[in-house]
Amino acid sequence: MNSTLGYGLVLLGLGFAAFAAVVGLVTGMTRRENALPWVQRAVYGFAASMILSNLVMVKALLEHDFSVKYVSQVGSKATPTIFTIVSLWSALEGSILFWGAIMGGYLLAFTLTYRKEHGRYMQLSLGVMAAVATFFAFLIAGPANPWGVVANPLSDGPGPNPLLQNHVLMIIHPPMLYLGYVGMTVPFGIAAGALLRGELGDAWLVPLRKWTLVPWLFLSIGIILGSWWAYAVLGWGGYWAWDPVENASFMPWLTATAFVHSTMVLERKKSLKLWTIALALGSFVLTIIGTFMTRSGVFNSVHSFTQSDIGPTFLAFIAVILVFCVLLLTVRGHLLVAESNLETVVSREGSILVNNLVFVALTFTVLLGTLFPLVTEALQDKKISVGEPYFNTMALPLGLLMLFLMGVGPMLPWGKADPKVLRQQFFIPGGLGILTLLPVVVWRYAAWEPLSGGEKTFGGFVSAMRSGDVMAGITFGLGTFVTVVTLREMFLPAQQRMSEAKESFFTAFVSSASRARRRFGGYVVHLGIVAIILAVAASSAYKIAAERTLKVGETLKVGEYGVRFDGLTNGKEPHREWVAANITVTGPGGEEKRHIGADAPRMNYYERSNDPIGSPMVQEMVWRDVYVSLRTYDGKAQTATFNAWVFPLVGWIWYAIPLLVLGTLISLWPQRKTVATLKSEAPAPNAATGTT
Amino acid sequence: MTAESRNRLIAVGAILVAGAALSWIAFGNIGENLVYYWKPSEMLAQGDKAYGATVRLGGVVVPGSVQWSPEHTSLTFDVADTHQPAAPKVKVSSEVTPPQMFREGIGVVVEGSFASDQVFKTNRLMVNHSNEYRAPGSDGGMPSDWKGSLSQADTTTEK
Repeated sequence: MNSTLGYGLVLLGLGFAAFAAVVGLVTGMTRRENALPWVQRAVYGFAASMILSNLVMVKALLEHDFSVKYVSQVGSKATPTIFTIVSLWSALEGSILFWGAIMGGYLLAFTLTYRKEHGRYMQLSLGVMAAVATFFAFLIAGPANPWGVVANPLSDGPGPNPLLQNHVLMIIHPPMLYLGYVGMTVPFGIAAGALLRGELGDAWLVPLRKWTLVPWLFLSIGIILGSWWAYAVLGWGGYWAWDPVENASFMPWLTATAFVHSTMVLERKKSLKLWTIALALGSFVLTIIGTFMTRSGVFNSVHSFTQSDIGPTFLAFIAVILVFCVLLLTVRGHLLVAESNLETVVSREGSILVNNLVFVALTFTVLLGTLFPLVTEALQDKKISVGEPYFNTMALPLGLLMLFLMGVGPMLPWGKADPKVLRQQFFIPGGLGILTLLPVVVWRYAAWEPLSGGEKTFGGFVSAMRSGDVMAGITFGLGTFVTVVTLREMFLPAQQRMSEAKESFFTAFVSSASRARRRFGGYVVHLGIVAIILAVAASSAYKIAAERTLKVGETLKVGEYGVRFDGLTNGKEPHREWVAANITVTGPGGEEKRHIGADAPRMNYYERSNDPIGSPMVQEMVWRDVYVSLRTYDGKAQTATFNAWVFPLVGWIWYAIPLLVLGTLISLWPQRKTVATLKSEAPAPNAATGTT
Repeated sequence: MTAESRNRLIAVGAILVAGAALSWIAFGNIGENLVYYWKPSEMLAQGDKAYGATVRLGGVVVPGSVQWSPEHTSLTFDVADTHQPAAPKVKVSSEVTPPQMFREGIGVVVEGSFASDQVFKTNRLMVNHSNEYRAPGSDGGMPSDWKGSLSQADTTTEK
């Protein structure tokens, strides 16, 4: 019953999507604009069928209807209700079905937003998006069909992958990531529609930018939550490993970020047109490549992916999109000629261009490192992987360059800069950045112990410094520099208003910020990114690790903290049993915090999985985390082996999420018409330079 | 040639040079950071070439080969291609405590390097997740292996 209904809805959705794609593209190319309502209706139909099909699946999961193939794969009566709902996206077929619902949601939102605008490219844009939706609906209907019927259903199932029911973050991380991935279809559709139509006015630029920011934000949140999940659940004491799955989400984020910057140059200077459009198309292609990489099992083995049903289908789709994009850019390239030239690199547009090149360079290095093993295996039948050091050594200098540009860019005016003014402006933030190094060096020197018990000299300290230490120092200096520049750009316009118009601080701040919402929002996001970069630098360069087997009552020292083993306990939950190693963490001031049972590092044993899965104890604090992971225990001898770490600042990575959300929302908030007519999209005068 | 088109040429040239430099650095860097996935037989077949390379050695822990010092600080065991007694094998010396699931006969992946003393030194020991889900209801749902390790622990049940 559920199977028939759910599958019927998928087929219906496939029909609607195909109809919208064909009608949208054909009538769009032949310029019969009266067909638009039909395209819109078909899009609504697609969205409704996909969302309904997902609801039926949730119903089947909740009813434990094991006659549905997908439910028989991931369902279990022992699983708590919340994780039963979440298991909608805990395995391949369900996640693709969920994908379809999100696609429906996006198309619905986009169509509704612009339903009254008969923008000339609208039919074509909807047509392109519907074509992508057709592909996904086809996947759900065929190669990744979750609605298969089990002839002799069992009375219970295995339950979702235990790793995925270990933490509440698994409930929100995947939807965020999918919202990011799928959402890139919309800017792709807008850009491709405008290119197909061959009319590249300004009308489509604002929607293009806004509809890129939305998935960009979700992608950012998804990536951060994913790293948080890896950190809080997997217990290896890290949050990022340059794993293909992580890289797959990072690459479209990089190109979308580059796009968000270059679009400013496009709107203002009417240059970097081809480049910006290529970034919009490229971000979409990368999300599809990322989906392919994470969903086809290609990383287990190049040769095994053809055994998964969706691998070859996806590969064919990627090829079609690539050919389409290249053709589109070649045929319409003449429309994308710059209307102004870059006068000097030392300008806002110059810094954005350099920023874009750095982003693309980083995307290239990540793509290379990710695909290299695949190519080697396909060509030479050798199984290799590219080690983390490759990614770290490549990303570090590029990341530092980005950080530097984040400070320099906002300082530079559009057009030509006056060197004298620039020097003046650079003085305070630059000086403060260099001054930051002083406390860092003092602190590191105080923490440093000579290895051989020799005398503690500054020369010895300098020669013992690791490159990671130096890099972290530079990062802190640059971070201060960027923060000062950003805050100044945020508050100076308000200060000007206060002195000129005699407004109160609050009025001046609010009105100056709402005048230049996009810029202001962008700076808020920048502050969040600086926090993340500093957190990454501190938590990787200054982490302290320790490992030991303890008897009851013994203590493991990790930095200024002590971890005392208090004995083993066990416990039981509906879907799992566990053995916990109770510990007491002693802080620098001697304060003690006990972690017992479910709150202690433990080993979880799931109902129908042979392998225990550890979960670490993370004591989160503003400035540092203490992280204790139970590696193994021996019940007879009453011993336990722990891995313990102290990670400075690591929590700032996830604390930055609200800043990213806030900044993006400020940027996206519609400009009031009155303000818009006064000085449409142009930013408020650059207060610092006194020029435009 | 106008000044404008010359500037454009210079810009394109600069980007090409930068791109080439980036590729060169990236490829060189990849070459230094390759990790090879080998089975014991594949690694032994490399001869001298295997020494010093970063390798992820995959195989099964040979039953009876595990030697674990009482302080749990040093661990040696043999890793073989397969469960067959005659399968090619390599002696592994681990600097890390094995994870909970580690036992004789289990599939492992060890990352480290092989030296001319024919010992594979590792500082990273991963146990293959079996990903085998048990048929529901076979023995009350509880795999017997871990039931044992669970009952070991209930000597101290404090809460």
